[in-house]
Amino acid sequence: MSGPWRSASGGSSIDRSRPVRFEFDGRPYQGFAGDTLASALLANGVHLVGRSFKYHRPRGIMAAGPEDPNALVTVRRDAARYTPNLNAAQVELYEGLMAESQNRWPSLHFDVGRINDYLSRFLPSGFYYKTFMWPRKAWHGFYEPRIRAAAGLGRAPSEPDPDTYGQRFAHCEVLVIGAGPAGLTEALAAARTGVRVIVCDEQAPPPRTSPADSAGEWHDIRAQLAVMPNVTVLARTTAFGYMPHNMVALTERLTDHLSAPLKHVPRERLWQVRAREVVLATGAIERPLVFPGNDLPGVMLAGAARTYLGRYGVLPGARVAILTANDEAYRAAVELRAAGVEVVALADLRPQVMGRLPEAARQAGMTIRTGTTTVGTRGDQHVTALGLCAIGADGTVSGAVDWIGCDTVLMSGGFTPSVHLFSQSRGKLTWDASLQVFVPGAAAENCRCVGACAGEMGADSGGSWLGALPRPEGPATGKSFVDWQNDVTAADLDLAVREGFRSIEHIKRYTTTGMATDQGKTSNLNALAIAAQRLRRAIPEVGLTTFRMPYLPVGFGGLAGYARGELFAPVRKTPMYDWAAERGAVFEPVSLWQRARYFPQPGEDMHQAVARECCNVRRACGMFDASTLGKIEVVGPDAVEFMNRMYVNNWSTLAVGRCRYGILLRDDGFVYDDGVVARTAADRFHVTTTTGGAPRVLAMMEDYLQTEWPDLKVWLTSTTEQWAVIAVQGPKARAVIELLVEDVDLANAALPHMSVARGRVCGVPALVFRVSFTGELGYEINVPADYGADVWRAVWQAGQAHGICAYGTEAMHVLRAEKGYVIVGQDTDGTVTADDAGLSWAVGKSKPDFLGLASLRRAALVDPNRKQLVGLLTSDPNVVLEEGSQITATASLRPPMKVIGHVTSSYYSAVLGRSIALALVSAGRSRMGQTLYVPTRTGESSVTVTNPVSYDPKGERLNG
Amino acid sequence: MRSRFSGWSLLLGGLTGQRGWREQWRAATPKKGYDALIVGGGGHGLAAAYYLAKEHGIRNVAVLEKGWIGGGNTGRNTTVIRSNYLFSESSSLYDHAVKLWETLSQELNYNVMYSPRGVLMLAHNVHDCQVSQRHIHANYANGVDNEWLTPAQAKAYCPPLNIGSELRYPVLGGALQRRGGTARHDAVAWGYARAADALGVDIIENCEVTGLKRDANGAVVAVETNRGVIESRRIGVSAAGHSTVVLQMAGVRLPLESFPLQALVSEPVKPIFPCVVMSNTIHAYISQSDKGELVIGASTDAYTSYTQRGALHVSLHTLEAVCELFPAFRRMRMLRNWGGIVDVTPDRSPIVAKTPVPGLYVNCGWGTGGFKATPGAGHLLAWTMAHDAPHPLNAAFTIERFRDGLLIDEAAAAAVSH
Amino acid sequence: MLLIPCPYCGVRPELEFSYGGQAHIARPQTSASAEEWAAFQYERVNTRGPHAERWRHTHGCGRFFNVVRDTTTDQILRSYRSGER
Repeated sequence: MSGPWRSASGGSSIDRSRPVRFEFDGRPYQGFAGDTLASALLANGVHLVGRSFKYHRPRGIMAAGPEDPNALVTVRRDAARYTPNLNAAQVELYEGLMAESQNRWPSLHFDVGRINDYLSRFLPSGFYYKTFMWPRKAWHGFYEPRIRAAAGLGRAPSEPDPDTYGQRFAHCEVLVIGAGPAGLTEALAAARTGVRVIVCDEQAPPPRTSPADSAGEWHDIRAQLAVMPNVTVLARTTAFGYMPHNMVALTERLTDHLSAPLKHVPRERLWQVRAREVVLATGAIERPLVFPGNDLPGVMLAGAARTYLGRYGVLPGARVAILTANDEAYRAAVELRAAGVEVVALADLRPQVMGRLPEAARQAGMTIRTGTTTVGTRGDQHVTALGLCAIGADGTVSGAVDWIGCDTVLMSGGFTPSVHLFSQSRGKLTWDASLQVFVPGAAAENCRCVGACAGEMGADSGGSWLGALPRPEGPATGKSFVDWQNDVTAADLDLAVREGFRSIEHIKRYTTTGMATDQGKTSNLNALAIAAQRLRRAIPEVGLTTFRMPYLPVGFGGLAGYARGELFAPVRKTPMYDWAAERGAVFEPVSLWQRARYFPQPGEDMHQAVARECCNVRRACGMFDASTLGKIEVVGPDAVEFMNRMYVNNWSTLAVGRCRYGILLRDDGFVYDDGVVARTAADRFHVTTTTGGAPRVLAMMEDYLQTEWPDLKVWLTSTTEQWAVIAVQGPKARAVIELLVEDVDLANAALPHMSVARGRVCGVPALVFRVSFTGELGYEINVPADYGADVWRAVWQAGQAHGICAYGTEAMHVLRAEKGYVIVGQDTDGTVTADDAGLSWAVGKSKPDFLGLASLRRAALVDPNRKQLVGLLTSDPNVVLEEGSQITATASLRPPMKVIGHVTSSYYSAVLGRSIALALVSAGRSRMGQTLYVPTRTGESSVTVTNPVSYDPKGERLNG
Repeated sequence: MRSRFSGWSLLLGGLTGQRGWREQWRAATPKKGYDALIVGGGGHGLAAAYYLAKEHGIRNVAVLEKGWIGGGNTGRNTTVIRSNYLFSESSSLYDHAVKLWETLSQELNYNVMYSPRGVLMLAHNVHDCQVSQRHIHANYANGVDNEWLTPAQAKAYCPPLNIGSELRYPVLGGALQRRGGTARHDAVAWGYARAADALGVDIIENCEVTGLKRDANGAVVAVETNRGVIESRRIGVSAAGHSTVVLQMAGVRLPLESFPLQALVSEPVKPIFPCVVMSNTIHAYISQSDKGELVIGASTDAYTSYTQRGALHVSLHTLEAVCELFPAFRRMRMLRNWGGIVDVTPDRSPIVAKTPVPGLYVNCGWGTGGFKATPGAGHLLAWTMAHDAPHPLNAAFTIERFRDGLLIDEAAAAAVSH
Repeated sequence: MLLIPCPYCGVRPELEFSYGGQAHIARPQTSASAEEWAAFQYERVNTRGPHAERWRHTHGCGRFFNVVRDTTTDQILRSYRSGER
């Protein structure tokens, strides 16, 4: 029922009382609860599960863990939950699971792509570097699309992923990676000292009711750990990245093993664990042998066969031939035979075999053929025979081949310690000549390796083989795979060396060995051994390629975590946001803020709304939410001196209660930020910055204050979010607010343009500024942010009698452009000086120092041909120039053309009844009245250079 | 003369067991001296050696590489090629490279897989749109292709792109350079190495420069290496993040800092992503390799480092952006993550110039954009070394521009936040 | 993500900090030469090895301080307050 290839009993992970139905390539099968997809397929006699990357060769299940290079499948829950390239040995079976094979057409059993295999002699490693170059455009137009279509494994999901993902930070004294015997022992020892311990393991937790077997004592430890409050045990959790300073990244899979995703549980969770000590108990991975035809379905690692039998009660076949260089394989021989499998051959590459395990096999009546290699396998889509041949005393192979009929070949070349994480931590690997593997050496972080990953293989695990097996002289009869998934053969490695690739990194990149989704877990050491042999150098001399994060592929979703939609980045909203939203405002993101861009009335588009808002401000008045402007309180006995050093302006002459337009340069002399600065007390400034510039201006101030001028007694506080700012602008502005304002005399004489007073507005403590970014009579009311929305509403009510409107950032931009006021970041770009922007009047000429002063002397910064800010008027007043368009002195140039400037701001001014523009033009101020040209792809405009101020040039309206 | 690569030679190779291929470049041992030395066997340095031999007749040239050629940023980048930079100096420089890319496979007889699939740079707010438009207009004036796409056009060009309004930073459009694209990074290094070797250039790997020797006039006369002293009176340093270390040996200080830059790939999947998409605002850079992997670039880390690894949170930040723009990719998986060391100048533009030391030249400061410039940078370094004077295209890219305030400030002008 | 020892607050994760570049570069006098100003603004030692650098505990105490970090390993050798050596 659950597959014909089950043993009569046993299987520590499965529950034989709970059958589970699943589909593979549309065909229904049945397994047991606790099965993996791989074990369930094998139980059903399904060995052909995939096709290889390049040659589309039929492939089966080679391993029982994350190292398997072959059995990659797509698992589909629904159209949106479609996950390619999953390792069948790691997919836990659930009721209704639907899996598909990949990289085959039209079917897994008949795959047209197999033609690559038959043509493989013409497609060696790197063949694509040598051809497809003629004609020149054919690569991108013809060859590349075909190669791309042939490459790739599964198909990418095409619908948005509906699942959610979580993230967590954790700290502990001891992080144990791997919950095998070595890891569990370490975890328990640490846990008993009372410190915080986290244990993670990539596998599913073993079932609690598991029968007492040889692993019984480990179940006891698990049970003890489970109830200790200082211990966190994470199952289905892979440690994939070892970062500096002992931070390890884990990925926990929470729902992929369930028949339906849970509503409030994330699919995956990323753990970023900071541990005082990391204990690596990551075990070792069995190495395959490199011989012709070693990739046929039915060829499997000996240890994998044991796992399938012991954990899942699955028989890999009926007639098993075993070829090994390691004693552990004899366990498989004994156990399989005990389960009723016929062991048709038991061969060992070593001339002599004497360990405890081989002896046990001999005592069980099995004959060991020592000093034996293979010439290859036979079979089409499944192995049918293994050709054995004796190795002569001189190491050559020349005798007769004994073809052993079988349906399974088990192989073992020994074990490679899983040093991936240790190596990621930048620990040094050393070559262990007796084990013939790299083992952990000097650590770079506070970490320890224990068990097999430290090279502690156990007394019965002797023997190993690296590289290709010995075989008779002459051409091979089949391909000897080193990297199964990427179809890299021993011959490919030969070719790479023959073509002069000498670094292992070059060989890896040229052949792509070790670069598949299994990251070379089974292939790296064999590839290295073959390369070293061909290069006639010792393995440690040739060196390993770098182990890179992640140990196993990790889902993007879990790595991106919660960051989606509104949670992608914080949304900053002003107190007046809701009011604006209720009135249908259209918002624009400005840094993290959402700012109201315009307030369309029914039927209006942006241009109509903006034109109305602008006219309304100039005719009556408008109100604008300026709360996002950065605000920094600069306080202290040395506040004036500090401001004098930071800003270009002279602050010594600014009286209390007055404001000044401040310009901040970097020390390189270029404009960094600007804003109105008010002196609110002798030792206190209220500094405003641009919306996006607030954090960086404060950081820059802190930098100079703390590290250049620590002697200055000044304190800086960001007050951006403490104040709500309501700008009321227009000829009726005073009339609108005067009934709401207490304790402030709004008369021109008492509160002239560029002044500030403390008072109350609507009974709320307020700073009332008389400032204007529109050129109209204007006030900016600052009230504590909590009162912002109420005061805004009160102003709005009061303004109704005067025809007030709300206007957004777009109208604000037009109104200021009509007045020639620059916006830092739009009319300047980090390469513009104060003089370029026409702001040299603000510079305190007599000051001994300020940021940027020294740089302003440089020749390039006083070059008369620098770009300067000017106004441009198009000859056709209805033509609105495109912002960013380029300016030439001569008409009708063709690209590439000599450019003398560019348009920085451009709008249609409804008030003026024509277009206006600001531009940076080389020697612009000397070109007043000149005709210049603005060529674009779609045509050329002629423009006249003018003063940037196009509305109320005398500035009379400010004093309204 | 080595065998020429072609479909025919490949066919022949197939019939003879692939036994006829010769080494692509010799394992040269250092001679006593050379007419010119290139320090740094990345794509730029190998290209410089090739062009010295090919275009300037200087064939007694060695490339000194402390590790294996192409093992630095050449083999660690996301292979994006484009030239739609803002300033005419920059766009001319990078477009020079693009023009060389267009015929490079034929030039080198090595398929570098230049794939002009288009580079789409997204705009997410009004400021982005303004910056994009300025680039498009500036590129037009310079004769460099770059065009504006509406969100719907961007979606048509790159179907996986999410242009929905639910995004925190919705796609408001994008600038597309159709000639932009990708190439195969390793092939560029190997192709230049093979072609340079054929012209007589010695490529010397595992050769680390440990000192520079100068004569009484201060001019360079030799390098000291772990493989002995090698004489030359014409030395070009093209060592990316390590250039400061080498130049320091001659007392030349550079306005350069080395930062980690990470990249990552997904598992290979069938074709899903037809072009290159970049978003400077939310830090997503993505394309799909010919093998099928999604190739994703992250931002630089905040601090200088030579460790060739960056912080996880920097990669996570990029994947957040990728998943937001391409929500189907949440179920894709990261296969490999790695770090390079990028050498960044204060104005984010490179230095390809003579140094104050006679006979010593430098090519560095390419920051996150060096791969795209490979043929152009090598070509111009070779020119500068051969003429002891810069080519007009790199005349502005001096060390002295910082002192003189003649910055070519792509970062400030584009408001790119890294 | 590095662990950074703030001399005022103790060891905290990198996310709380901003990098401030090479330490101990004094700002020249206004009268200094163009070369001196260029060196101050642009030239950096870019050391391979122990590197004295500034960090600011932006999301903590807000203070600038100095750290010596080995740029070949990213291991932090020590940290000390501004003004100290």
